[in-house]
This record gives sequence, structure tokens and C-alpha cells, in this order.
Amino acid sequence: MNFASQLLQYTLSGITIGSIYAMVAIGFNIIYNSTGIINFAQGDFLMLGGMLVVYFHKTLHFPLLIAGFIAVLIVGGIGIGFERLAIHPLKNPSVITLIIITIAASILFKGGAMFIWGKDSFYLASFSGDEPIRLMGATILPQTLWILAFLFLIVIALMCFFRFTIIGKAMKACAYNRKAASIVGINVNNMVLISFALSALIGGLAGVIVTPITLVDYDRGSLLGLKGFGAAIFGGLGNIGGAVAAGIIIGLLESYSAGLLSSGYKDAVALIILLMVLFFRPGGIFAKKEVQILKSF
Amino acid sequence: MLSIQSLKSYYESICALKSVSLHIKKGEIITMIGGNGSGKSTLLNSILGLVPRVTGTIQFENKEIVGLAPSVIVKMGISMVPEGRQLFYPMTVLDNLLLGTYSHYSMKEKKNIAQRVDWIFDIFPVLGERKRQLAGTLSGGEQQMLSIARALMSKPKLLILDEPSVGLAPKIIENIFQTLVNLKEKTDLTIFLVEQNAKLGLDICQRGYVIETGQIILSGSKDELLNNKEVLRAYLGKE
Repeated sequence: MNFASQLLQYTLSGITIGSIYAMVAIGFNIIYNSTGIINFAQGDFLMLGGMLVVYFHKTLHFPLLIAGFIAVLIVGGIGIGFERLAIHPLKNPSVITLIIITIAASILFKGGAMFIWGKDSFYLASFSGDEPIRLMGATILPQTLWILAFLFLIVIALMCFFRFTIIGKAMKACAYNRKAASIVGINVNNMVLISFALSALIGGLAGVIVTPITLVDYDRGSLLGLKGFGAAIFGGLGNIGGAVAAGIIIGLLESYSAGLLSSGYKDAVALIILLMVLFFRPGGIFAKKEVQILKSF
Repeated sequence: MLSIQSLKSYYESICALKSVSLHIKKGEIITMIGGNGSGKSTLLNSILGLVPRVTGTIQFENKEIVGLAPSVIVKMGISMVPEGRQLFYPMTVLDNLLLGTYSHYSMKEKKNIAQRVDWIFDIFPVLGERKRQLAGTLSGGEQQMLSIARALMSKPKLLILDEPSVGLAPKIIENIFQTLVNLKEKTDLTIFLVEQNAKLGLDICQRGYVIETGQIILSGSKDELLNNKEVLRAYLGKE
């Protein structure tokens, strides 16, 4: 294996891991877009999706498609339940209170998963075999193509949703100015509920499709959540396209540093990027200056 | 059209409105004047259902609206231009207008909404020129026009305005108030205006109220109020 094909290999695995971060980051952005809060349980939606699909497929022997579908729906239901039980009952909470609640929820989801499924890692077979595809001396797993395809679909669907539909616009309006949103007759509570449901669904879906590559255990969500959060900040909170680009950049840098420096520094890369962006460009690298001034954070 | 009976509103345990009663007839412009902290904004927020603790009755077209959600009240035909404009600043002028129609938006309505937008651009041509600009980049006067325009998008029967003149140059205020009068004459819009600027507010109204520390202390026709000694002294600065 010469250096060029090695580099290509790092690039391909960087894109793989980066698109996983991107999916987590998208979940952060949806909830941010309609509530202004950061949902630190986003990574755990992913973990729950992975755990549930393994449970339905391998323990209950449902066909993969059905198992995946049920897993995604259940995670969506958990998102709805979470919003109704923990976010909705609060009257006029501050953003920081809500963020702390999501941290509590994250701990609860992890604890629950550990209680039910134990501390083992679980494996799910790839959707279309494990035979790697060869590409100029490097290899790519078929599952990566699945991840990229789903990422692409999710991004297109969401961009259309926020840009062209009145519900999408109303969700953004709630984040920009809650009071004004109620004044024009938007039911703010419903918008918050929709955003939690949507990002839980996307988190669950991401969990189902990445499990063949990342494996899943009760604590898998923490680090993915943190990296995804880094990608969301890097791309600019609320910016879905930015999140995808940022996720893939972080994935690439991680993969290059693991390959070219040492794999020990892999996780540090994402965190260093997160800190640098927060210091120097808190609005993210793709933020339009104009928009940034008009947002609260 | 709107009739309020012994309305009391509370913030936490503070009573911000103490038994307010008033009525507005269809096609009127009613002005309420009062100083800072007199309860003007609380009254308007209570009408729109934004104040959680309210007792008394508010009837809109003979239907009780106390306790209804703001989204329901907006749908019934009350629209508010809030204090401080409260636009969606990072969104375009056009999106701000579209969100104004949220309460009865549907696919079937699309054509009507497009017509409504054109109608708004006839009234406020400057908004038409800047329809793709972000709301936050507009000047103060343009933002106020957009706030009024957004409220008009939902085809309200009653338009309530909370101190639209604050922070604007006299010429722009005059322009905006003239637009309101024209609107009222051309359509069957009813307007409830709350102002600190008593002269301006009373000039365009038919009847008015004066509110102080959460109570209505005076009411009467435009001329009665403009010649009232109390009003002259406290709000118009004349002895």
C-alpha cells in the first residue's frame, strides 16, 4: 500500500465517521432551530436507535427493515415523551434550565439502557454484506454508502422543510422570538414537540444505520454526542448544511491525525476544534455575519 | 365588538390591572393613553391571551375569550402589533409576512396570501422594495411598518397596537398614523391604539380612555379628552 492509497483510505474513513457526526449535529440543530436549546441527549437517541434495532433484529428475529422501522418509531416516541414529561410542564423556563434537563435525560437514557441491555457492546450485520469495495488501492465498506445516502436524503428533506414549508418557518420563528411567535398565532408548545419528535426520529435513524460500523453499547451516545455537538458549533448552530460540512471536516481531521500522527490523538482533535471555534468564531465557520448579529447566540 | 368587564390581571402575585372595563364598537379607532407602568401593555397582552392569570370577562363578537390560547384568539380575528415590534429579525421581510398568516395558512389559501402580500406592498411600498432583506436590517420606521403589516396579514377584524410611535421620527410617525386612518376608512378594520404620546394618539381616535396604575380613570370622546383639564395637565403638558 503506497502513501497515496493510504491517504485515500484515511479520507474514506474520515468521511464515514464524519457523516455520523453530521447526523448527530443535524439533530442538535433541529431542536436548536425551534427552541434555542442544546439537547445533550441527542447522542443517546442514536444509542437507543442502535440498541433497539439490535434487540428487535437479533433477539426477537424481526427482519432488518421492520426492526429498523420499529426502532426509529420508538425513539421518536421517546423524544415525544421526553418533551411532554420534562420540557413541556415547565412554565417560562430559562434556556439554561432546559439544557440542564437534557443532560439529566441523557444520564437517564444511559442508565436505562445499561439496566436493560447491560454493559456489552452489540454488533449488527451490515445492510448489504461486509465485502469491502476496492477503490484505487483503498477500501470502502458498503455500509458507508448507506450512511452517505441516508445523510443526503435527510439533509435535502430538512432543508426543504425549513426553507419552504410554513411549519418549518414557524419552528425557526419560535427560536428567534417566542413571544412574537405566539402573537402571530403560532402554538409554540406544538412546535417544540414537533422539533423533539423530529430530532429523535433522525437520531434513531442514524443509530440504526451507523451501528454496523460503530457497534453499540449503553455509553456509545456520549462521545458521539460530544463530537456531533462540536460539528454543530463548528458549522454554526441551526445551520444544517454547515453541520454536514463541519461533521465531515472533523471526521477527516480525526482520521488524518489518527493515521499520520497517532491514534491516541483522535478524540482530542474534535475537542480542540470545538474550543478553537468557540474562542475565535462562536457563530461557526459558515455563519453569515448579518445573521449572526441578529441571533441571540 | 370587544367588551371587557372588570378585568384583573396578575403577574406572579402582583395585580397589574385592577378591574378594567371598556368597550369597542365595530369600525372605531379607540385610543388609550397612560404612562409607563400604567398597565397598558398588560391589558393588550391579556386580550391576546398572553397573560396566564386573568379574571373577569373579555367578549369578542359576543364570544368569551378569557382562557383561550393566543393561537385561537388570533384565528378569531384579533391581531396585535406588539411593543418593540418583535419581528423575526434573522428572517426576510417576506417570511415575516408569511408567518403573519400562520393562523389560517393552508395550501388552498396560497393564492389569497399572495394577493394579501401584494396588497401590503401597495400600502407600504418600501417593504416591497426590501422583501428579500432580513427584517433586522431595516430601519426603525420600516420595522414598525413591517410589524403592522405582519399583523394585517391575518385579516384581523380588530387590530391592536402597543405604542407604535416609540423611538420613531415625528415625520415617520405621522406617516404611519395616516396609513392607519386610511386603512380604517377603506376596510372595516377596527383599531385599538395604546399610546404614551397623547396628542398623536387622541388626534386620530373617535373615543379614548385614560389608564393609570391599572385602572381606567377617564373616558370620553376625542374632544372631551383633548379639553379635559387632567389630560391637558398630565399628558399634553398644558396648564
